[in-house]
Amino acid sequence: MEQDFNFEDAIAELEKIAQELENGKLNLDEAIKKFEVGMELSKKCTDYLENAEKKINVLVEKNGELVEEKFEN
Amino acid sequence: MNIKPISVTELNLYIKDKINKDEFLNNVYIKGEISNFKHHYTGHMYFTLKDEKSLIKCIMFKSSTERLNFTPKDGMKVRVFGTVAVFERDGVYQIYCKAMEEDGLGDLYQKYEELKNKLEKKGLFDSIHKKRIPFMPKVIGVLTSSTGSVIRDIINVSTRRNPNVYIRLLPVPVQGSGAEKEIAKAIEIMNEKKLADVIILARGGGSLEDLWPFNEEIVAEAIYNSNIPIISAVGHETDFTIADFVADLRAPTPSAAAELAVKDMRDINEKLMNYNKRYKLALNKKVEFMKLRFEKVMNRRAYTNPLQRIQDEYVRLDKVMKNIEISIIKQEKELRVKTIELITKIDSLSPLKILTRGYVVAEKEGNIVKSVDDIKLNDDINVTFSDGKVKANVKEILKNK
Repeated sequence: MEQDFNFEDAIAELEKIAQELENGKLNLDEAIKKFEVGMELSKKCTDYLENAEKKINVLVEKNGELVEEKFEN
Repeated sequence: MNIKPISVTELNLYIKDKINKDEFLNNVYIKGEISNFKHHYTGHMYFTLKDEKSLIKCIMFKSSTERLNFTPKDGMKVRVFGTVAVFERDGVYQIYCKAMEEDGLGDLYQKYEELKNKLEKKGLFDSIHKKRIPFMPKVIGVLTSSTGSVIRDIINVSTRRNPNVYIRLLPVPVQGSGAEKEIAKAIEIMNEKKLADVIILARGGGSLEDLWPFNEEIVAEAIYNSNIPIISAVGHETDFTIADFVADLRAPTPSAAAELAVKDMRDINEKLMNYNKRYKLALNKKVEFMKLRFEKVMNRRAYTNPLQRIQDEYVRLDKVMKNIEISIIKQEKELRVKTIELITKIDSLSPLKILTRGYVVAEKEGNIVKSVDDIKLNDDINVTFSDGKVKANVKEILKNK
């Protein structure tokens, strides 16, 4: 999860690719390449969301250090 | 003792009457601290108002309590407006409260306004300092009390929007003296250890005094100095604290703050699916377009009738051959004319032609005799006429002088 993946950048890139594909100026080879890049990026986004783990934690001080624990409400 | 005693009731009624007639006691305005507060189920409030040395019973009827804009409780300093009257059954006098306000509020409001103006002048509220709330924060830092509905609301809303949300709660006291220092320290710790991508600073509704830590300069400075964007959600929608003004974003309630910090995954998934759709559509369109272009090209004669070119070349070749033929015939004709001309010319130059006019050619031993010097007496010579030859013998040479 701590990989260097920025979701917002990925979404922005997805938007850019969509526009490039839609304005039709790319040649077919480029269009297919862009399409593949876009699909891969889209999958990365989905993976990122699915791999995120639910954590509701609380920071508590123990022996002068902040320790993260599961938060029981 | 000739005097007739009166009853307790009579005495109390007398006192009551006296007090009722007192202008001053009809409209008193007093301050004190609440104790023994009881909110009766009938809606009336019973309490004691006291200072360091003395106390007085108070009653506030439901018709008046409904107009209160705060909930009185023990220890609270208030100002009360009402009437002093006697309850003759118990022989006590008490204040019948008509209105009540929190004491010291005036001071707080003034402090609030002063600090607000000061910080505004310093530029702490300027929009250029407002940081953007990240689109998809990995960790949502929450600074609030670890008990109560605020953290529960935030967790509920957040997990509803994103079941895989990561929340890091750093509990802080949200009211009482010293809370402001704890809040400021918590903001600093979150920044120092980079514990979150966005911070929600939240507190439920309360009186101005309750919310006061969020109106302290130390909290305002901590928010201003935070590198992590901060969403404030302090008090009710109508409460504006200094913290709200400095924060990068103000949410009307803690739930709203969670909504601002956590994207709804249904929207995100829909967005992603929408991109997939757009890509496929765009690519299909491209392929379709290329197919059309291909078909259009293939429909051109070059591809539909590939022999056309060769046929064209044949036609051209035929034309060229024809031209060559014509030109040869023409040349031949010209040559023929020229030849006839030449022949005629040659003919006219022929010696034989001259012979017809009466000239003759003499030959000696096959050579044409051009001069009398070439022949001697008795030489045999041939003389050619136009129509035949004679052999002759030279009998005499007469050379011209």
